[in-house]
Amino acid sequence: MKAALAVLLLALPVAGLSTGTGESRFAGLPGGPFKSALNYEDLAGTDTRVAPFELMRKPVTNADFLAFVKQHPQWQRDQVPAVLAEQRYLSHWKSPTTLGDDAEPGQPVTWVSWFAADAYCASIDARLPTWAEWEYAAAADELRRDARKDPAWRERILGWYSRPSNTALPRAGLQAANAYGIHDLHGLVWEWTDDYSSMLVDADARNQGDPDNARFCGAGALSMDDRDNYAVLMRVAMLSALDGVDATANLGFRCARSVP
Amino acid sequence: MKSLMRFVQSSMLVLLLAAPLAAMAADTPLPRDSVYHLALPLTGQDGVTRDWSTRRGKPQVVSMFYTSCQYICPLIVDAGKAIEHSLTPEQRSRLGIVLVSMDPARDDPAALMKVVDQRKLDTSRWWLATPAPEDVRSVAGVLGIRYRALADGEFNHTSAIVLLDAEGRIVARTERLGSQADPEFVAAARKLLGD
Repeated sequence: MKAALAVLLLALPVAGLSTGTGESRFAGLPGGPFKSALNYEDLAGTDTRVAPFELMRKPVTNADFLAFVKQHPQWQRDQVPAVLAEQRYLSHWKSPTTLGDDAEPGQPVTWVSWFAADAYCASIDARLPTWAEWEYAAAADELRRDARKDPAWRERILGWYSRPSNTALPRAGLQAANAYGIHDLHGLVWEWTDDYSSMLVDADARNQGDPDNARFCGAGALSMDDRDNYAVLMRVAMLSALDGVDATANLGFRCARSVP
Repeated sequence: MKSLMRFVQSSMLVLLLAAPLAAMAADTPLPRDSVYHLALPLTGQDGVTRDWSTRRGKPQVVSMFYTSCQYICPLIVDAGKAIEHSLTPEQRSRLGIVLVSMDPARDDPAALMKVVDQRKLDTSRWWLATPAPEDVRSVAGVLGIRYRALADGEFNHTSAIVLLDAEGRIVARTERLGSQADPEFVAAARKLLGD
């Protein structure tokens, strides 16, 4: 597996340059107690505990994903079962196994379903990060592990969300790494998490507390503890609206690994 | 009791294989929109592990639940029974009901069998079954069910009931639980099962 990875990296000089040569594809994160911006009723007041884990330094790119579908033809867009990826899956590629003009090798892969992202990570003995892991990693800026209280940092992230999404995506890894050595958690693409479907947000707030109208049952309603944290708010809103087959122009992913 | 159950099960398998229609189905490739494309080994109340695609050849009502659930899961069993009761005995015999557990940590065959006994479920039609932990999110995704494990061991979850045709294509879904079956869902089931 390591050898295959090395070959892949060598085959991608552009991607290799942008993270610096010889650097591993994953960065290690120490974990620890973490105050999520999400507030679950059943966890009231308790900190989330994030176990040590590793996270990819950059989102998975078109080139990475192309190598994967060549290896696993069942994930090519003309062969994938409709229950695992919607029709627009990889629709920006020229053909099932060619990137073409609208998909640069170094750009993050988008138009991928959760099932496809999950399968990609499994193919390299990894998995998708949980929301808690993603939020924990994304709380850092270039220097601090938790920059969330800094209004200037929040402004910067917000600037990205207000950019029109019809311009071409930059390559992965161009933005400076955060304090953990991870690039592009903000400012490039939305990212799948393993537990996207655990976010049970009722679209209609009027239904909250009304068991007859609620979309879901049981306690443990989700609310936002930190309403000024738009980066998290918007990600949660989007993830909670997605189905596993969905693919969009701005939704990609990266993989994580548990530390034994 | 257990060996009897196994005998019943294995003879059912023989029956399925012997049925020319089912045999034909197994030879032809699955349609692209079949949920059985998701590889999903499930361990049933009888302790036997089989992929859920072994249900192919017969329409199925599928939902998710967990056995320690106090409030909503009994209603899911009620809903399955209500759908059965709105069918003729002939239609009923042509339909399977699969309840997939979202709680692999606790729902071993004994826990599943307890529900079968308590709710007097006919295991020639009902299959209560548990996936591997890493497969729960995938099967929920295919069925369009969202869930989160709560701190106290309960689950917060949506409760869709899905009707699959013999090839595993989703032809109807309802979120109506309890003993009043959703008329549209029942109509779809009748249409699928014939007279």
